[in-house]
Formats: sequence, structure tokens, C-alpha cells
Amino acid sequence: MRYAMAVDTKKCVGCSDCVVACQTENNVPIGYCRDWVVEITHGTYPQLELEIRSERCNHCDNSPCVRCCPTGASHYSDGGIVLVTEDKCIGCGACISSCPYDARYPHPDGHVDKCTFCIHRVQKGQKPACVEVCPTKCMYFGDLDDPNSDVSKVLKKRKFKTLIPEAGTKPQLYFLI
Amino acid sequence: MKEELIISGRMNYKVDPSLHIWGWEIPLYLFLGGLAAGVLFFAGLYYLRGKENEYQSAVKWVPMITPFLLAIGLGALFLDLHHKPYFWRLYTTIKLQSPMSWGAWTLMVITPLSIIWSATYIKDVFPKWDWKYKWVDDLVAYFIEYRTQLAWIMIIFSVILGIYTGILLSAFNARPLWNTSILGPLFLTSGLSAGAALIMMLSKNPLERIRFSQIDLMLIAVELTMVIHMFMGFRASTEVQIEAAALFLGGPYTLSFWIFVVFIGMLLPAFLEIWELKGNHIPAYIPAVMIISGSLMLRFIIVHAGQASRYLY
Repeated sequence: MRYAMAVDTKKCVGCSDCVVACQTENNVPIGYCRDWVVEITHGTYPQLELEIRSERCNHCDNSPCVRCCPTGASHYSDGGIVLVTEDKCIGCGACISSCPYDARYPHPDGHVDKCTFCIHRVQKGQKPACVEVCPTKCMYFGDLDDPNSDVSKVLKKRKFKTLIPEAGTKPQLYFLI
Repeated sequence: MKEELIISGRMNYKVDPSLHIWGWEIPLYLFLGGLAAGVLFFAGLYYLRGKENEYQSAVKWVPMITPFLLAIGLGALFLDLHHKPYFWRLYTTIKLQSPMSWGAWTLMVITPLSIIWSATYIKDVFPKWDWKYKWVDDLVAYFIEYRTQLAWIMIIFSVILGIYTGILLSAFNARPLWNTSILGPLFLTSGLSAGAALIMMLSKNPLERIRFSQIDLMLIAVELTMVIHMFMGFRASTEVQIEAAALFLGGPYTLSFWIFVVFIGMLLPAFLEIWELKGNHIPAYIPAVMIISGSLMLRFIIVHAGQASRYLY
């Protein structure tokens, strides 16, 4: 089993519904976010091109955060989801420094926090909150080992990219282009 | 012309707009750890070379400062933790891939070792010293018999401590400025150089001062070579590392790095030491303080600039 997510940059309108859904579902403290929207404008006027991406932890196959964690708090869970065990985390910040996507932050309670792919929902057969609420249905989630999962099917059909593949992290958040 | 404008909706504390998760605590600890490693290395080395009485400061009494240096460093490390009540989790596991885990365990060996080493010499330095309890006297007498073995362990672990302070940073490929394997040897050399400078500053013996002045000169030459190699490596590497080097080559850290680390921390003290070795009198504390402050600034600048260097995507 290998959970992954695909975000369609052609469909995303940058409404930030995913951000609010995540904050509500996961009780993210005010002022923080586990997922966020990035808008990138390429070119010069009038030849402009806009790409909008809903970003979060890439749940990498080769996670630098898991490697550098001195206590084992950062670990791989079911289907490769990268999680932080709160009462093992000492809040040293090594994982925050190690993430090329800056997907982690220090929670006000002290431990480090990040996207969990809503594992508590996924284990019940539900989709992550961000995927569930997206009004343009631009996000796909599922098991890459299952050829019939939403994410497998869309990655078979569409061209995609990952972020900073040169960092060698083998990210599992795909962007349809 | 191709231009790119990135707007991110994320504004997480200590992460955005650019990473600043590590403030003064980590660089201070890296400096104190390196300094202690330098002092303990020379204590072990000159004990094994039979110079215990010739170089008394290096072997006997300057190492007595190291438990305090390490304690302050550990205190800074503790202050840096965001989840303080769980610090003991460091010692419930050994993670071979995590430099921080290596560091935590190395400190667990070298801190008691620095105390034991100091205890074995305390009566040499303070003749009226009384341990009060006989069992402490017996224990210290036991360790005195094994000084050779202690010296070997101290040399090995001081090198691990010194080099790990750099490896801790170089293991993060997310921060292109840190992601160079020369950082480990550079921090080790800088720590040894600061340790030698501290011994030189505190020694009353002119022969010992000259010896450590010569050692410092050699270490400064090695450091300068490594700094040049570091920038050559960056300039010949990928775009992110070229941009990381640019932080020091015209960017916001240019003045602080080249003035405080390279000029005041290396070139000027090297010049003063050559001047002194040629027979002119220069108070030992002047080059020593410069070298030690350069070593401190190196840690602060590299830790802060590293957090400003990143992948842009």
C-alpha cells in the first residue's frame, strides 16, 4: 500500500477551502496551516501564465525528516504516511530544517506538527478533509498500489510533476499539469 | 525575459517568510561543543605524548573548564527544545541516521569524561583539595590508573563531538548552504583552533604558548583552505548552491562573514602570531580572543545564513 495525492493545477482556483477544511478537521491552531495555496505567475505581461497549487507535506518515500529525527517521533505509518508521535517529539527543530518543502512547523504545544493525510479519516475509508471539500474536485487521493484508485487512474491519464525531485526525497504529492 | 512571482498563503511561525527555527541557542552550543572538543583533544594528545608536566595548562587545568562549557552548551540546547518535558526521549533510542542522536549520545560520554579527567588532576592544580568522602578518593585513584585509556577515549570522542557539530548541519540537503561535507571538517578545525587559542591564552608557560601558537597557525591555514574549497564547491555546483554562496559573495552575510570570521577570526590573529614568533611581544590574549570570537561568529553566521538558503520551486 502506498498512499499518494494528486492536485490538478488546471482545476485549482486557489479558494483555500482545503486550508480551512484542514484547520477545522485537525484543530490546527489559529495562525498556522498544514496545507496552503501557492500562486505562481510566470512570464511578463501580456504573456502571463498562472499556476495555482494546493500544497502540503509530500509524505516522501525517502523522508529527510524521518531520517534526521533523533527520537523516532517522525516515522512512516500505514501506506507510507509520515507522522509525528507527539509525546516522542522533543521539539528540536531538526525535521523542520530538513524539509525542503517547509511543510512542518512547531505547534504551540511544543511538538512538531504537519499534514497527516488525515490518516484518522483514511483508516475509516474516508478521503482526507481537503480532498473531500474541494469545490472544483481538483484533488485525488488513494493507494498507488491499487490500479483502480482515484490517484492511480488520474496519474495514468495525465501528465504530472513533483516538487523539487532533485532533492531526492521521492515525494508522493503529484501535481497534474 | 522569463519572470516568476510566487505568492504563498502560508505564514507559519518560525518557518515563514524564511526559516528561523534556530536562534542563538544552537550556534552557541555548536561553538561551546567545538571549543570543549578542542581543549579535550589537546589534553588527551599531550598526555599520551608524555608532556603532562611540560604542558600543564593543556593537560591539567584548562580541561577543568570544559565541564562548565559543556554544561552551558547543554543548557542552551535544552532552551532550544520546544517540547522540553520530553527531552529524555533522546536517550530512549539510538538513531544511527540522525546526527542529532549521535550528538546526544556523544555528549553522554564526553561530559562525564571531562569531569573525570578534571577530577584526576584536581589535587595537582589545587593541592589543598579534599574530596571529603573516602569513596570519592578511591574512585578518583582508580581513574588515575587508567589515564592512558581515558586519554584515548577522550581523543576519539572529542573528534566525534567536533566533527558532528558540522555534520549536524551538512546532513540537511534542504538547506543548500549547509549541504556540503566540508562543514564537518571545517567546524572540527575551527573547534580545535579555538581550543588551542584558549590554552594559549590561559597558559603561563612561554614554551607552551609558543607550541599552541604554532598549532593555531597551522589550523588557521587549514581553515582558510577549507573556506576557499567550500566556496569553490558551491560555485561549481547546482543553482541553489550558487545562490547559497552568493549570500557571502555580495549577499547580506558578506560583510559579517569576511570581516568577523575570516579577517578578525583567522587572518589578523595569524599575522599577530607570526609577528610574535618572530620575536616581537604581543599579549597572548589578543590573537586568542580573536580566534575564539571568530569561531563563535562562524557558527552564528553559518546557522543563520543556512536557514536563509533554500530551494525555490
